[in-house]
Amino acid sequence: MKHLFRTLILAAALVAAASFTADAKKKKADLVETYPALAPYFSTPVEEAVQPDELGFIRRWLLLEPISKPNRGNTVFVDSYIRKNLDTGWNKGEFTLPKDGDKETMMVEYQKPVDMTAGRPMWGVEPETEMKKVKLTWHALDSKLFNVKLYRYAVGTETGRYGLICRVVTVIDCPEDIENVRLAVGSNSASMWWIDGEEALIMSGDRRMVMDDAASKRITLKKGRHILTGAVINGPGMSDFCVRFIDENGNPVHNYNILNK
Amino acid sequence: MKTIAKIFTAASFALISVSALAQEGQPWIHDPSTIMECDGKYYTFGTGGGGLISEDGWNWFGGAVRPGGGAAPDAIKIGDRYLIAYSATGGGLGGGHAGRVLTMWNKTLDPNSPDFGYTEAIEVAHSEIDEDCDAIDAGLFMDPNTGRLYCTYGTYFGFIRMVELDPKTGAKVEGTVDPNIAIDCEATTMIYRDGWYYLLGTHGTCCDGVNSTYNIVVGRSKNVTGPFLDNMGRDMVAGGGKMVIDGDDRQFGAGHFGRYIEDEGIEKMSFHWEADLDRSARSVLAIRPILWVNGWPVGGEAFKAGTYEISSVRRGYALELAVDFVRQNIARRGGWRMDPDEPIVVHPNQTLEEVIGTWPEGEIPARIGDWMNRPHQRWTLTVVPEAGGYLGGQYYKIQIEGTDKTLAATEDLDVTVAPAYDGSDAQLWRIEQAIDGTYRIMPKSTPGYVLSSVADSTPSLTKWDFNSDNCKWNFIAK
Repeated sequence: MKHLFRTLILAAALVAAASFTADAKKKKADLVETYPALAPYFSTPVEEAVQPDELGFIRRWLLLEPISKPNRGNTVFVDSYIRKNLDTGWNKGEFTLPKDGDKETMMVEYQKPVDMTAGRPMWGVEPETEMKKVKLTWHALDSKLFNVKLYRYAVGTETGRYGLICRVVTVIDCPEDIENVRLAVGSNSASMWWIDGEEALIMSGDRRMVMDDAASKRITLKKGRHILTGAVINGPGMSDFCVRFIDENGNPVHNYNILNK
Repeated sequence: MKTIAKIFTAASFALISVSALAQEGQPWIHDPSTIMECDGKYYTFGTGGGGLISEDGWNWFGGAVRPGGGAAPDAIKIGDRYLIAYSATGGGLGGGHAGRVLTMWNKTLDPNSPDFGYTEAIEVAHSEIDEDCDAIDAGLFMDPNTGRLYCTYGTYFGFIRMVELDPKTGAKVEGTVDPNIAIDCEATTMIYRDGWYYLLGTHGTCCDGVNSTYNIVVGRSKNVTGPFLDNMGRDMVAGGGKMVIDGDDRQFGAGHFGRYIEDEGIEKMSFHWEADLDRSARSVLAIRPILWVNGWPVGGEAFKAGTYEISSVRRGYALELAVDFVRQNIARRGGWRMDPDEPIVVHPNQTLEEVIGTWPEGEIPARIGDWMNRPHQRWTLTVVPEAGGYLGGQYYKIQIEGTDKTLAATEDLDVTVAPAYDGSDAQLWRIEQAIDGTYRIMPKSTPGYVLSSVADSTPSLTKWDFNSDNCKWNFIAK
């Protein structure tokens, strides 16, 4: 009797688990509902497509959960460092557009616990790091602000705080050719950006997020869809970015749609 | 022999320095008229007849033709004709003062043109032998608000007067009385800007070579006929006048102002130095930028070759090579851990030798970044004499100090840093001071397009727009 009861319980549990897995496959949990700390900064996308905001900023993004990259400060972010650490897997032929909920497995550098007996890290002692295999998830989000608060994204989803690389993607759909525009970015801290797998911009150094801090060369966005990808790295402190296209006179470009798939 | 070589080297350096600061060729002239552009060439006329011609605005030679002799002409373009005014003097210094102001027209200023030919000169004003006015030194001005044409005249001998002319004929408008608008000036002329009429005149001693104290002053009025008050509220009829330009280090006796508007926000003034110590103390043509400071015209400086921080007006960041920032290995010294009695150590700046090995070979992008006085941010500007010039200046190559790495325009209207200077127009830069004291930097290869901050950290080329700080730069000498 006891054995039969145990079997029934186990069968019921298996059915419930199977049902839950099926539901999960059907619909990914709403990230903002799961992590209310995101709510002041992000919302879950509902419409099929959106346009840039009044100032031309792109607010719809797919964001990979932060990749740990310990750094004691941002002054190490020189051009060669940025290329080595951010220019990975984003170029033409190396990258496929992720979907909300897709996962990526990778080896990631983590910082070992720091000796805080003095109330702060010991001077002159470089923190030790170790490599770990992790599985990170892509999330589709709309930013409520013109700038995408990566620090709030990491802390809000309990996936990190400092010393992170955030990889971001969006898709823009142009109803016609848009000539002679520039991708204009502000990022905290350094970042790199690609359009359809071609490098558009590199922003090295210890940067604050400044609207139109750097701009790409003149480009023509041909009619149709384009994948815009970026990677932002930060050591300690706030991290965020803002992206828009500007015309020859520095005015925002609006005439395209933004998708996340 | 060594001494001779040294002297030669010093002399060469002096010549190079001179060439960057003064008009080249044979710019010998006294009392130059306002510079006129005609069919791609520049013209100015002087006392005694004739004048100078320049094909590029920098190299000037004789050859302009103005009949009638006399003194201190001026010129203005009205429609498709040029009106020239000049004076038949009654004697000048120590002589009588029975002067006559005359005007005449020409369809072109090019003496080789088949259309060249002056109309018969007509008198528009005169002075008696001992009148409180000396009817010479004409200055022509068309009021942009009314289209009415005026000619100011007079010298140190009494009043400056103004006669209204018919802009169709160049003759005096009958029935008008010439008002007194200033006193004891020479070479007066008027200009207009932002609701103000400005009367410029030359004070000081004329015609005494290196000892001439000639200097150009200005007063302004809301009315075309004055009163013209200086910055202290003194009427120019009472001798008022705010300084526009006076003597320089090696040139003295600035006189006979003429305004040339090159572009929106780019204005230049022509005048003569009574004497240039670097040119046999001759009287020479000078061209300087006009700055407008608090509503007053001020003579700008001639740009000098040298090593500079090139600072964007947009953000204040510095133009630089896009290379890895190399940290200086100097220990951080937090104030709270410092021994107050420790001896002071003076650290050197980072040197080119310390970093150049980290720079990539070949072309390197240009960037704009925080000024740190690092080798990748220090630009040396050198005159390229064989490249010719433009109105008031010569072309420069712009290179990272101590290297051949040269700022270059690209065919797709961008900028980069080439590994070496190749003498092409894309590597020759025109440096002009704008009316607000900032500079525009324009490659010879794409006139009209200037070095611009299209983002805080990104330089490129865009069309010149005086109203955009993107297009403006400051040169900070190092």
